[in-house]
Amino acid sequence: MSKYQVNEKGYYGQFGGAYIPEMLYPNVEELRQKYLDIIQEPSFQEEFNQLLRDYVGRPSPLYYAGRLSEKYGSKIYLKREDLNHTGAHKINNTIGQILLAQRLGKKRIIAETGAGQHGVATATVCALKGLECVVYMGAIDIERQAPNVARMKMMGAQVVPAQSGSKTLKDATNEALRDWINNPVDTHYIIGSVVGPHPYPDMVARFQSIISEETKKQLLEKTGKSNPDYAIACVGGGSNAAGMFYHFVDEESVKLIAVEAAGLGVDSGESAATTALGKEGVLHGSRSLLMQTSDGQVIEPYSISAGLDYPGIGPQHAWLFKSGRGNYVSVTDKEAMEAGLLLTRLEGIIPAIESAHALAYLEKMDLKPDDTVVICLSGRGDKDLDNYMKYFGF
Amino acid sequence: MRKIKKTGDQGLLSIYYTAGYPTLDSTVTIAKKLEESGADFLEIGFPYSDPVADGPTIQHSSEVALKNGMTVEILFEQLKELRKHVTIPVFLMGYVNPLLQYGVERFCADCKKVGIDGIIVPDLPMYEYEELYKDTFEKNDVANIFIVTPQTSEERIRKIDKLSNSFIYLLSSNATTGTELNVGDTTTAYFQRIKDMQLANPIAIGFGISNKQSFEQATSFATGAIIGTAFVKLLTKDNYLDEIPNFIKSIKG
Repeated sequence: MSKYQVNEKGYYGQFGGAYIPEMLYPNVEELRQKYLDIIQEPSFQEEFNQLLRDYVGRPSPLYYAGRLSEKYGSKIYLKREDLNHTGAHKINNTIGQILLAQRLGKKRIIAETGAGQHGVATATVCALKGLECVVYMGAIDIERQAPNVARMKMMGAQVVPAQSGSKTLKDATNEALRDWINNPVDTHYIIGSVVGPHPYPDMVARFQSIISEETKKQLLEKTGKSNPDYAIACVGGGSNAAGMFYHFVDEESVKLIAVEAAGLGVDSGESAATTALGKEGVLHGSRSLLMQTSDGQVIEPYSISAGLDYPGIGPQHAWLFKSGRGNYVSVTDKEAMEAGLLLTRLEGIIPAIESAHALAYLEKMDLKPDDTVVICLSGRGDKDLDNYMKYFGF
Repeated sequence: MRKIKKTGDQGLLSIYYTAGYPTLDSTVTIAKKLEESGADFLEIGFPYSDPVADGPTIQHSSEVALKNGMTVEILFEQLKELRKHVTIPVFLMGYVNPLLQYGVERFCADCKKVGIDGIIVPDLPMYEYEELYKDTFEKNDVANIFIVTPQTSEERIRKIDKLSNSFIYLLSSNATTGTELNVGDTTTAYFQRIKDMQLANPIAIGFGISNKQSFEQATSFATGAIIGTAFVKLLTKDNYLDEIPNFIKSIKG
């Protein structure tokens, strides 16, 4: 049993668990009891793999980025999750969860979304399976992310503005949890990251583990070795990083680097760098690291990237950080934006600003010519064009 | 610990309100007025930024309370005055994160010091209470109040009854706060099912109790009923203190 994976009680070290009101207990308990059996059924695996292949377009390429490698003087590979249907890694999880929801007999799907990528991925699988879909999105995010709102609506989803608190991702998550409390029987909640009460962090990580599973095979084919020296991914809640790290966590030779959003700077008061700023606490159903006041009130995070401005991280990340297995670092808005532009100029790939955070850390590394680096390019930058345009004045 | 008696006490009315709402220093004044007006026990909420089990009204009261500057520390400071004015059982209600940050040991000790009889923490898992905190609660003579919903299994209810030593908080429906009570057959059958279980602890029914009719319906099956949202709405009025006696009378009178 890996000491970095979830234990039978739903914890990673001291992090994880299921801190939920009694009203959610039956839903979460039903999932906990059934999720492993269901996702291991051959018929589930067959349908899951078929959809990943024919609908999502997997395996996603592992691309040797020649010009980027030349710039940094080592061998850099990009795991191209940006080439998935809907443009990000989020779809891997929503495909898995919609199949699970069907097998649990659920008729209605709810989800939360920040930038809209997870909302779009959820609306997509609901359209695919003909299930009712309600997506909670912060009222402010709805204004900021109009194209993704339109995509969800085109696919038949109802987009409900979260008007409470800061009207962003955290509040959308609260509203989705409230909906689930009020609809305990027929509804499945598709959480979009490796957060939430057990079994969500483990379940989402398993669906995203396709990223590292493919990477291992592809790297072996390309280099003769299945392990890189470095695996790098950005972390908001942490689902693409959980997928990128999954099959490497027990391979101690692989250095795991998780890049958080420092916003305007870790100490600027405008940041989302949870491991630097957070303390142990409970939010949205699990014990993890959390940005909060001394009184236990959650602090609003900030990042230029709407997908990374979450005040916590998944419990597995908290454990990888605490145990020292993972190296948790952060880069600023400015560093991320410049890295995004650099990739565009060197490789002709416009990355999501989230993924640009992972790329930006290359600047800070002391890389050697023989080092093999894999970076999860978690999403494409189309959704961020407005931001790029404003930032660079194009 | 002030006890709510299962037999002898019938038709008990409990009122929930949020500490620090409508003003930072209103907490003890409201408690005093509620006892004078005939409330039988009280639940004072300590505010949290992300109260997922609450509907819009109570959620808004928490936001305002936090803006007013309420913290757990300030609340305990205010509650030092509580027992000079109030004799009925008083419980604190809130979410697990502020409790953890304050420290469970310290929280329970402070409850004992100021005369709080128990704590309701909807998102504190039963296993964690049993493994980590039960001794601390008991040492300080502070009750942990568990919640039961229509979806809670009989096995789990029996376990909750065993772990409880004050009262059990029975939710009228699986919902967030502020949802209207469904007075249909399903709800009645559920209340009757719980009543027939002959639990050792008294039951107080909450969520959706807002007037005399729903109060009487609930208390025909349980020792008490809890009003939250309807009372928090009253607190938005400028003359809320003057209105409290009429409010209580309209329910119990």
